[in-house]
Amino acid sequence: MGNVVISHEGPCPPHCVRQIPDPATPIDRRRGARELKIEIGSKERVLFKHRPIATLCVAGMLALVSSATVALAQAPVEASRIISIGGDITEILYAIGADKRIVAIDTTSQFPPGALKEKKSVGYMRALSTEGVLSINADLIIASDRAGPPEVVNALKSTSVRYIEIADDFSASSIAGKTRQIAQAVGLDAAGNSLAARIERDFDKLAELRKQIKKPMRVLFVLSTANGRVTVGGSQSSADAILKLAGAENAAAAVSGYKPISDEALVEIKPDAVVTMQRTASGSHAADQLASMRGLSASPAVLLKRIIEMDGLYLIGFGPRAPAAALDLMRWLYPDLPITRTGLHQ
Amino acid sequence: MQDMTSPIARTTPQRRERIGYQLIFASVLLLVAAVLVSLSFGATGITLGALGRVLHAYVYGATDSAGVTEQLVLLGIRLPRTILGAFVGAALAVSGAMMQGLFRNPLADPGIIGVSSGATLAAVITIAFGKTFAAPWMAAFGVYALPFAAFLGGFLTTTLLVLIAGRRGQLMVGTLLLAGIAIGAMAGALTGLIAYASDDRELRDLTLWSLGSLSGASWPKVIAILPFVAVIAIMLPRVVRALNGFLLGEAEAFHLGIDVERMKWLIVVVTAACVGAAVAVAGLVGFVGIVVPHFIRLIAGPDHRIVLPCSALLGGALLLFADVIARLAVKPAELPLGIVMAAIGAPVFLHLVLRRGVGGLE
Repeated sequence: MGNVVISHEGPCPPHCVRQIPDPATPIDRRRGARELKIEIGSKERVLFKHRPIATLCVAGMLALVSSATVALAQAPVEASRIISIGGDITEILYAIGADKRIVAIDTTSQFPPGALKEKKSVGYMRALSTEGVLSINADLIIASDRAGPPEVVNALKSTSVRYIEIADDFSASSIAGKTRQIAQAVGLDAAGNSLAARIERDFDKLAELRKQIKKPMRVLFVLSTANGRVTVGGSQSSADAILKLAGAENAAAAVSGYKPISDEALVEIKPDAVVTMQRTASGSHAADQLASMRGLSASPAVLLKRIIEMDGLYLIGFGPRAPAAALDLMRWLYPDLPITRTGLHQ
Repeated sequence: MQDMTSPIARTTPQRRERIGYQLIFASVLLLVAAVLVSLSFGATGITLGALGRVLHAYVYGATDSAGVTEQLVLLGIRLPRTILGAFVGAALAVSGAMMQGLFRNPLADPGIIGVSSGATLAAVITIAFGKTFAAPWMAAFGVYALPFAAFLGGFLTTTLLVLIAGRRGQLMVGTLLLAGIAIGAMAGALTGLIAYASDDRELRDLTLWSLGSLSGASWPKVIAILPFVAVIAIMLPRVVRALNGFLLGEAEAFHLGIDVERMKWLIVVVTAACVGAAVAVAGLVGFVGIVVPHFIRLIAGPDHRIVLPCSALLGGALLLFADVIARLAVKPAELPLGIVMAAIGAPVFLHLVLRRGVGGLE
């Protein structure tokens, strides 16, 4: 329509289109025609002439078209161009089968691995650009509440594009909650409910299994060993949350968050087992490297060869795969527990 | 001031003056071009051609959704961003030129009086403790908590420095420089300590902040930085003569009848306010403050009647060009401004230095 302004008062501005409200428009009964005159800017135009039979045909066609349109319009307001900002959100959208409708994601969306190759990237979730996001021409933005910078998020919220904010924490209940919320936003409630129900079932099962653990293992989570300095997952980290879910005790609970610790502190910790992040680039194995660390060499973990490498995003990403990751870890830590894989993996 | 006397020093004063005015004229043209380019390019394909429609829609109100987007992009995003970019570039380049004049050292950075390190420390505190003990501050200033904290941090650091270096009404420039290094190191240590204690996300925020960006440009920020631009505009003519006098040395400037002490205070305070405001709205953007004044001195000589206005114009233009690249290079994402600035500025600068020589050191 361009910039069409419809108003009925005052002089017609250059781009105004309006019907001339002339009650004396002649109705020519003999020819059965009625004219509709309109005013475009300062010019007058005859828009159509009324002809009964032609009108019937047109009306019939219109009825067909409009019924189709109504059917389309009444289907849940389905977003067809979604921007997903947040790794867990992208993972959930893929899991409920909304991936075809995603047009762009942020750089934290590392799972599924191909996502960043097949979708456009709006950059890191805390360094978004208003115009960049708008240029995607999306009709729905689902973003983590950690997205930023705040000015950009505020500007995006003020546009006509639907913006849904997803709260984020490392709790078991929040994963099912955000799954339902995201599914609802894209009109896939059924898929979302079944995924959320499965997640909840898995967490219940985990809780049940945890009760059967007699003596919890003291497990150390190692994020990286860059420069020979060991960075561990302390309390209040996502690693701490997953260790607890797997029925383990965090051996590094004395520090908070992910912190590098000294060799001597490592000696003191004496973990029963060590979980570390898998290296994507092959070559040196993280587990071998850890086993040779001075601080760990006397620990039960190294002596009993209980060092495991796991995929980082799978283990501490807190997406829909979190319970499966916790269960994998639990099975490895407590081989005697009656854990079957059924129902837990997708 | 050895390397401020490039081959230009060997030309006659008349010719030098003519080159100066030509440079001012060229700078104005460049800034206008930069503003137009900055308004015309972005992640959305909207160009300046839409301006007519946007203005029409702005006056007559109702439009369709495409019109609303055009209006938002041109008037709500690109216009404040362009104005802010020009202001920040101008403030940083002029501050750099003034610091180099005051310290009689072409390598003096606008951050030399501790503004940047103080602002960084304050920014780190807001980022790392925003949810804990700095929460009331965050609640009080909302989106503007970080910019305001950065400005305050920068200003407090400079105040501290001036208190250290100022005795009996005299500002000791040498002490100022050395104390600036000490205070900068202390602020750096505190920043490092907080960075050490913060989590991955905060660290990432911190890194991005220290690389600078105009991404959060908004009208309130433009309005916030306006008074500082006004201060520069009013103060510039007043410090030009003093800075030219300082070229000869402080004692000589005094004998020329310049109120040396007052001018030193004025220059430091104006610089602190300008750099503080620029850092607050755009994060740390290096390079402008050193490259732009140096470039001008290489071409037109050290006369501050030329260096200061040209710095303002060219600083704004350079920052805008860099910002356009920052927003187009990886669209729809965005590069930090500091990366682009260094990537385009450093080769140009090196080329200049190699071609024109280092003046008196040849």
